[in-house]
Amino acid sequence: MTNPAFERIEADIKANPVVLFMKGTPVFPQCGFSARVVQILSHLGVPFKGVNVLDDMEIRDGIKAYTNWPTIPQLYVNGEFVGGCDIVMEMFQAGELQSLLKEKGVPVSAEG
Amino acid sequence: MQTRSERIRLALEAAFAPARVEVRDDSGQHAGHAGARPEGETHFSVLAVSPAFAGLSRLARSRAAHAALEAEFGGGLHALSLRLLTPEEAGQG
Repeated sequence: MTNPAFERIEADIKANPVVLFMKGTPVFPQCGFSARVVQILSHLGVPFKGVNVLDDMEIRDGIKAYTNWPTIPQLYVNGEFVGGCDIVMEMFQAGELQSLLKEKGVPVSAEG
Repeated sequence: MQTRSERIRLALEAAFAPARVEVRDDSGQHAGHAGARPEGETHFSVLAVSPAFAGLSRLARSRAAHAALEAEFGGGLHALSLRLLTPEEAGQG
Protein backbone atom coordinates (compact mmCIF):
# COMPACT_ATOMS: atom_id res chain seq x y z
CA MET A 1 0.00 0.00 0.00
CA THR A 2 1.97 3.00 -1.25
CA ASN A 3 -0.78 5.56 -1.77
CA PRO A 4 -1.01 7.82 1.31
CA ALA A 5 -4.71 8.38 0.64
CA PHE A 6 -5.51 4.67 1.12
CA GLU A 7 -4.89 4.78 4.86
CA ARG A 8 -7.22 7.72 5.30
CA ILE A 9 -9.87 6.11 3.11
CA GLU A 10 -9.66 2.87 5.10
CA ALA A 11 -9.92 4.77 8.38
CA ASP A 12 -13.11 6.45 7.11
CA ILE A 13 -14.80 3.32 5.80
CA LYS A 14 -13.91 1.36 8.94
CA ALA A 15 -15.14 4.05 11.33
CA ASN A 16 -18.44 4.70 9.54
CA PRO A 17 -20.95 2.05 8.44
CA VAL A 18 -22.08 4.12 5.44
CA VAL A 19 -19.67 6.47 3.63
CA LEU A 20 -20.38 8.39 0.44
CA PHE A 21 -17.38 9.79 -1.41
CA MET A 22 -19.00 12.65 -3.26
CA LYS A 23 -18.62 16.06 -4.85
CA GLY A 24 -19.85 18.67 -2.42
CA THR A 25 -21.48 17.95 0.91
CA PRO A 26 -24.69 16.08 1.78
CA VAL A 27 -26.32 19.47 2.40
CA PHE A 28 -24.90 21.03 -0.75
CA PRO A 29 -23.95 18.45 -3.36
CA GLN A 30 -22.07 19.96 -6.30
CA CYS A 31 -22.81 17.30 -8.88
CA GLY A 32 -26.08 15.79 -10.04
CA PHE A 33 -24.85 12.21 -9.64
CA SER A 34 -23.73 12.80 -6.07
CA ALA A 35 -26.99 14.62 -5.35
CA ARG A 36 -29.02 11.61 -6.50
CA VAL A 37 -27.27 9.22 -4.13
CA VAL A 38 -27.64 11.68 -1.24
CA GLN A 39 -31.33 11.89 -2.07
CA ILE A 40 -31.76 8.12 -1.93
CA LEU A 41 -29.88 7.74 1.36
CA SER A 42 -31.80 10.63 2.89
CA HIS A 43 -35.08 9.20 1.61
CA LEU A 44 -34.28 5.91 3.35
CA GLY A 45 -33.27 7.75 6.50
CA VAL A 46 -29.81 6.21 6.44
CA PRO A 47 -27.17 8.01 8.51
CA PHE A 48 -24.01 8.39 6.45
CA LYS A 49 -20.74 10.24 6.31
CA GLY A 50 -20.18 12.36 3.21
CA VAL A 51 -16.57 12.84 2.14
CA ASN A 52 -16.21 15.82 -0.17
CA VAL A 53 -13.53 14.87 -2.69
CA LEU A 54 -13.50 18.42 -4.09
CA ASP A 55 -11.92 19.52 -0.81
CA ASP A 56 -9.08 17.05 -1.06
CA MET A 57 -7.17 16.20 -4.24
CA GLU A 58 -5.40 13.32 -2.51
CA ILE A 59 -8.71 11.62 -1.69
CA ARG A 60 -10.22 12.55 -5.06
CA ASP A 61 -7.54 10.64 -6.95
CA GLY A 62 -6.99 8.15 -4.17
CA ILE A 63 -10.55 6.86 -3.98
CA LYS A 64 -10.58 6.15 -7.73
CA ALA A 65 -7.43 4.06 -7.38
CA TYR A 66 -8.53 2.44 -4.10
CA THR A 67 -11.85 1.23 -5.53
CA ASN A 68 -10.52 0.83 -9.06
CA TRP A 69 -13.53 2.85 -10.18
CA PRO A 70 -13.11 5.91 -12.42
CA THR A 71 -15.98 8.11 -11.27
CA ILE A 72 -17.50 9.85 -8.24
CA PRO A 73 -19.78 9.30 -6.27
CA GLN A 74 -18.82 6.02 -4.63
CA LEU A 75 -20.85 4.40 -1.87
CA TYR A 76 -19.31 2.16 0.79
CA VAL A 77 -21.29 0.10 3.30
CA ASN A 78 -19.41 -1.64 6.12
CA GLY A 79 -16.14 -1.15 4.31
CA GLU A 80 -17.42 -2.68 1.08
CA PHE A 81 -17.87 -0.83 -2.21
CA VAL A 82 -21.51 -0.92 -3.33
CA GLY A 83 -21.37 1.17 -6.51
CA GLY A 84 -21.74 4.57 -8.07
CA CYS A 85 -24.85 6.54 -8.94
CA ASP A 86 -26.26 4.12 -11.58
CA ILE A 87 -25.85 1.01 -9.45
CA VAL A 88 -27.18 2.64 -6.28
CA MET A 89 -30.23 3.90 -8.20
CA GLU A 90 -30.89 0.52 -9.81
CA MET A 91 -30.49 -1.26 -6.47
CA PHE A 92 -32.79 1.23 -4.75
CA GLN A 93 -35.46 0.82 -7.42
CA ALA A 94 -35.24 -2.98 -7.15
CA GLY A 95 -35.39 -2.84 -3.33
CA GLU A 96 -31.92 -4.41 -3.19
CA LEU A 97 -30.27 -1.43 -1.53
CA GLN A 98 -32.76 -1.58 1.33
CA SER A 99 -32.11 -5.33 1.76
CA LEU A 100 -28.35 -4.85 1.65
CA LEU A 101 -28.45 -2.13 4.31
CA LYS A 102 -30.62 -4.27 6.60
CA GLU A 103 -28.40 -7.29 6.03
CA LYS A 104 -25.42 -5.22 7.06
CA GLY A 105 -27.20 -3.98 10.15
CA VAL A 106 -27.54 -0.38 9.00
CA PRO A 107 -30.67 1.27 10.36
CA VAL A 108 -33.15 2.18 7.62
CA SER A 109 -35.97 4.36 8.90
CA ALA A 110 -38.03 4.38 5.71
CA GLU A 111 -38.88 1.58 3.29
CA GLY A 112 -38.64 3.83 0.23
CA MET B 1 -11.78 12.57 -36.76
CA GLN B 2 -13.87 10.22 -34.68
CA THR B 3 -15.95 11.67 -31.92
CA ARG B 4 -15.72 10.21 -28.44
CA SER B 5 -19.23 8.84 -28.92
CA GLU B 6 -18.02 6.84 -31.89
CA ARG B 7 -14.95 5.59 -30.06
CA ILE B 8 -17.07 4.52 -27.09
CA ARG B 9 -19.43 2.65 -29.38
CA LEU B 10 -16.58 0.89 -31.19
CA ALA B 11 -14.87 -0.08 -27.93
CA LEU B 12 -18.09 -1.51 -26.52
CA GLU B 13 -18.82 -3.37 -29.75
CA ALA B 14 -15.34 -4.88 -29.70
CA ALA B 15 -15.59 -5.89 -26.05
CA PHE B 16 -19.16 -7.17 -25.80
CA ALA B 17 -20.56 -7.74 -29.32
CA PRO B 18 -23.77 -6.11 -28.11
CA ALA B 19 -27.12 -6.73 -29.77
CA ARG B 20 -27.84 -3.09 -29.14
CA VAL B 21 -25.72 -0.14 -28.09
CA GLU B 22 -26.69 3.48 -27.65
CA VAL B 23 -24.26 6.23 -26.73
CA ARG B 24 -25.46 9.70 -25.82
CA ASP B 25 -23.27 12.73 -25.31
CA ASP B 26 -24.70 14.64 -22.33
CA SER B 27 -21.79 17.06 -22.09
CA GLY B 28 -23.94 20.05 -23.01
CA GLN B 29 -26.00 19.59 -19.85
CA HIS B 30 -22.87 19.88 -17.73
CA ALA B 31 -21.15 22.76 -19.49
CA GLY B 32 -19.35 25.06 -17.11
CA HIS B 33 -19.22 22.79 -14.09
CA ALA B 34 -16.30 20.90 -12.59
CA GLY B 35 -14.97 18.28 -14.99
CA ALA B 36 -16.56 19.85 -18.05
CA ARG B 37 -14.15 21.00 -20.74
CA PRO B 38 -14.76 23.82 -23.20
CA GLU B 39 -14.42 21.32 -26.04
CA GLY B 40 -17.10 19.08 -24.49
CA GLU B 41 -17.12 15.28 -24.76
CA THR B 42 -16.92 14.74 -21.00
CA HIS B 43 -20.31 13.31 -19.95
CA PHE B 44 -21.88 10.30 -21.64
CA SER B 45 -24.72 7.83 -21.16
CA VAL B 46 -24.55 4.31 -22.51
CA LEU B 47 -27.13 1.59 -22.98
CA ALA B 48 -25.67 -1.75 -24.05
CA VAL B 49 -27.50 -5.04 -24.40
CA SER B 50 -25.26 -8.08 -24.65
CA PRO B 51 -25.30 -11.76 -23.71
CA ALA B 52 -21.78 -11.15 -22.36
CA PHE B 53 -23.34 -9.58 -19.23
CA ALA B 54 -25.15 -12.78 -18.26
CA GLY B 55 -24.05 -14.11 -14.89
CA LEU B 56 -22.20 -10.90 -14.00
CA SER B 57 -23.16 -8.67 -11.07
CA ARG B 58 -23.88 -5.01 -11.65
CA LEU B 59 -20.42 -4.14 -10.35
CA ALA B 60 -18.76 -6.71 -12.62
CA ARG B 61 -20.62 -5.42 -15.68
CA SER B 62 -19.62 -1.83 -14.95
CA ARG B 63 -16.03 -2.82 -14.26
CA ALA B 64 -15.89 -4.64 -17.60
CA ALA B 65 -17.23 -1.55 -19.38
CA HIS B 66 -14.78 0.71 -17.54
CA ALA B 67 -11.95 -1.58 -18.60
CA ALA B 68 -13.07 -1.46 -22.24
CA LEU B 69 -13.14 2.35 -22.03
CA GLU B 70 -9.93 2.85 -20.07
CA ALA B 71 -8.35 4.92 -22.83
CA GLU B 72 -11.33 7.29 -22.82
CA PHE B 73 -11.20 7.77 -19.05
CA GLY B 74 -7.50 8.48 -19.44
CA GLY B 75 -8.30 11.06 -22.12
CA GLY B 76 -10.86 13.37 -20.57
CA LEU B 77 -13.98 11.22 -20.17
CA HIS B 78 -15.33 12.46 -16.85
CA ALA B 79 -18.75 10.92 -16.28
CA LEU B 80 -20.31 7.80 -17.71
CA SER B 81 -23.79 6.60 -16.94
CA LEU B 82 -24.10 2.89 -17.69
CA ARG B 83 -27.11 0.72 -18.30
CA LEU B 84 -25.82 -2.76 -19.09
CA LEU B 85 -28.39 -5.46 -19.71
CA THR B 86 -28.61 -9.01 -20.98
CA PRO B 87 -31.03 -9.55 -23.89
CA GLU B 88 -33.40 -11.26 -21.43
CA GLU B 89 -33.38 -8.29 -19.06
CA ALA B 90 -33.96 -5.93 -21.97
CA GLY B 91 -36.95 -8.00 -23.02
CA GLN B 92 -35.25 -8.96 -26.25
CA GLY B 93 -34.29 -12.52 -25.35
